[in-house]
Amino acid sequence: MLIWTITIVAVCICIALILNLWRLIQGPSVSDRILALDTMYINTIALILLYGMYMGSALYFEAALLIAMLGFVSTAALSKYLLRGDIIE
Amino acid sequence: MPLFLEIIVCVLLLIGGLFLLVGSYGLARLPDIYMRLHSPTKASTLGITGVLIASMILQSYLQDFVSIKELLITLFLLITAPVAANMIAKTAIHHEIKPLNKTRGKALVDSMRNRDNPPK
Amino acid sequence: MRFFPMPFHSLMLFVVWLLLNNSVSAGQMVLATFFAITIPWLVKDMRDEHPKIRRPFLAIRYILMVMKDIVVANVEVALLIVGPIKKLQPGFVAIPINMTSDLGITVLASTVSLTPGTVSAEVSKDKTWLYIHALHLDDEKALINEIKTRYEAPIKEIFGC
Repeated sequence: MLIWTITIVAVCICIALILNLWRLIQGPSVSDRILALDTMYINTIALILLYGMYMGSALYFEAALLIAMLGFVSTAALSKYLLRGDIIE
Repeated sequence: MPLFLEIIVCVLLLIGGLFLLVGSYGLARLPDIYMRLHSPTKASTLGITGVLIASMILQSYLQDFVSIKELLITLFLLITAPVAANMIAKTAIHHEIKPLNKTRGKALVDSMRNRDNPPK
Repeated sequence: MRFFPMPFHSLMLFVVWLLLNNSVSAGQMVLATFFAITIPWLVKDMRDEHPKIRRPFLAIRYILMVMKDIVVANVEVALLIVGPIKKLQPGFVAIPINMTSDLGITVLASTVSLTPGTVSAEVSKDKTWLYIHALHLDDEKALINEIKTRYEAPIKEIFGC
């Protein structure tokens, strides 16, 4: 039962990632693309944790933690860079 | 693995996956950037919390050791999600992206961009 | 207090180190104690002054209330997202706030972003107005009132500002 649930949830997350990718390509503004990337990394964390559960290993947790940290820092850095383009800081 | 534990893990996983899917569906579906901000910050945060708690229970069982380090990711995401949303909203406002026509209080956008007080 | 200039942060470093290593063996305890003493000592001159938490029990109650609200608000927002888009009435609202500390405003803005179908977008320069965007805005007055009584009042009481 657990393996089946993990498969179903993984399919859900893959559909979610495809929807994010569509928004990333579609645009229309840069903010939308940053938001799509931000959502993508959250979905990727879930996918990695699911794979760790599927393999029964705790090693994948570190990868998930790293993605969480890098994802937030990159979102903040991209937004800050775009904000600095304006006169108002 | 005892059946009740398996059922709890499965239910948490399904709830998490459903919320993650709804969050991304909203991101693809809603019409303007300010509305799109809502779905990833809220639905996805709850979804990832569900998956993380399920992972915590399963790993604790598999390793015979209470593994609560998944809580670290949950806490980290709960703290950073509003900050990221706020920064993206700021970026959208400073790039003068027009909100939908039916949005109430559109007059506030200008004072927001200059960080002034709202017009009387 | 000479060894622990930031006692709360020291405790957090200790706990987080043990959590990351997932063990309570003697060696890890010694290492965690070492980090808990040296890291605050190294960074104590770098931080800004923040108001102290005056009412810790109220803070715990506030956190529990916010957690409950997060779940409720998430289900509401999920239903709004899946439902018909044409019926949604988005809107910007300016909320008057009277808090002096940056930390209080940050906590309030984060809470507003996580809970009731709203995202905080900007704070005015003199820190008296918080601009938020609501996904579905029925009654502006009621929303402002709810945020002020339910979230702002406890935060002011917790930090005493």
